[in-house]
Amino acid sequence: MQMQEGPPVTNYLVMIYSNEAAWENAGPSIEDEVMQEHMTFGQTYGHALRGGERLGSAASATSIRRNDAGEVSLTDGTFAETKEVLAGFYIIEAADLDAALEIARHVPARHGGVEVRPIING
Amino acid sequence: MLAATARVTRDLDLAEDCVQDAYAQALTHWSTSGVPRRPGAWLTTVATRRALELQRRATTLARKLPLLVTDAEGTTDAPGPDATFPDDRLRLIFICCHPALSTDAQLALTLRLVCGLTSAEVARAFLVREATMQARITRAKQKIAEARIPFRLPDAADLLARVGVVLDAIHLLSSAGYTATFGDELVRGDLAARALDLATLMHTLLPDVAEVTGLLALLHLTEARRLARVSPGGQLVIMEEQDRALWDRAAIERGLQLVVAAISRPPVGRYTLMAAIAAVHSEAPTWDATDWPQLVGLYDLLLARWPTPVVALNRAVAISFVDGPQIALDLLDHLAADPQLRTYPYLAATRADLYRRLHRPTEAITAFEEALRLTTNTAEAAFLRQRMHALRAASST
Repeated sequence: MQMQEGPPVTNYLVMIYSNEAAWENAGPSIEDEVMQEHMTFGQTYGHALRGGERLGSAASATSIRRNDAGEVSLTDGTFAETKEVLAGFYIIEAADLDAALEIARHVPARHGGVEVRPIING
Repeated sequence: MLAATARVTRDLDLAEDCVQDAYAQALTHWSTSGVPRRPGAWLTTVATRRALELQRRATTLARKLPLLVTDAEGTTDAPGPDATFPDDRLRLIFICCHPALSTDAQLALTLRLVCGLTSAEVARAFLVREATMQARITRAKQKIAEARIPFRLPDAADLLARVGVVLDAIHLLSSAGYTATFGDELVRGDLAARALDLATLMHTLLPDVAEVTGLLALLHLTEARRLARVSPGGQLVIMEEQDRALWDRAAIERGLQLVVAAISRPPVGRYTLMAAIAAVHSEAPTWDATDWPQLVGLYDLLLARWPTPVVALNRAVAISFVDGPQIALDLLDHLAADPQLRTYPYLAATRADLYRRLHRPTEAITAFEEALRLTTNTAEAAFLRQRMHALRAASST
């Protein structure tokens, strides 16, 4: 009854944002715990996962901007200065936003949360 | 486009449904294949095709929906054989009220797509400029398409969480119909009828949710007074002066039954309390015989649950009939400090009436003039002007 055409699924980028200061105060046991959570998540939702990585700390980030004159400038640090920074991501394949959110809500995101965005296929 | 479809189907109601259906299809379709170059023509084609399809199988449409819902909720009472739903419209409501959209966008989209208000009318209801509202609606539609917000009913748990916004949208629509926010017509029966229709649908879908029952009760009780609210000349008739013989007794009975059902399922919510307030008015044989102390009690409860300046204003009116106009005027002075009420014509109109009752015509006329400056409804303005002139005539003799 619906005129659904084109690809039946969409890939969603799930960005994990977390508070680095909070992580610095957390001990190695917490890190192990969260690692285990990611393993469990991967096992449970492996069928929908199309990728995912952990990123280096915000201190390791370099931002590149180009001004109107076309000049390139490099700055040390993340693009936007926020307390929560992008710490890692998953790519999830899902039929629609509801299905994507159902998986994304289980992404471990200690000291922060996740943002879900559709990946647009040109 | 509505007319184009109506020409084919010769049934404007069906055409409207089909147009909405086409919008919903467009949202789904465009999410996968992009917006066509001429969206208007595309929509007409889909709506026309849909109308022909619907006429062919009108009765079988959406049988599955009530079954799905009752199954999901684990209840055993199956819907009757006549339980059919225009499920596409409900699905359209729930896509508009998806929590991934901002609350403002949810309401705006529902009013625009489900309720069929124009962008200008939606903008008035939100007190923003039309361009702002158009941008908000466009952004919301883009998100639905791009993020692929699904066109389907949420499962039982999510459904309950989303009901609140749907009810708010229906109530806004009803208010817009009861006092058209601008223009020459005081009551836009089409909007009020549409709100009642949607509330009835929601009640059939969720018979056990008290606030759904409460809202439906409120709409029946409000609708019952519609004929009495406008004079043959199109003038506003306030409740005090309404001919209660014109009130629709059947609608009141239906409303009262629903209020009782809603109130017996605590906690009592906002719409149930508003319905209870309307019920007290409906049961009074005359204005003077109104049970004002009970109304004050209900407004106290409502204010606790829904502390808005408009509720506080209505509570002050009820108090004026228990403790006198002067006490109410003092309450109004406090309310006038609220920036939300500064441009609200009813505050000035209420103050005018309280001064009139205190036999202070000069202050009353000043307040009437203020209310006149603020109202955007022609029929309401005519009413205020007539009251003011009567007062002038009385005080000059």
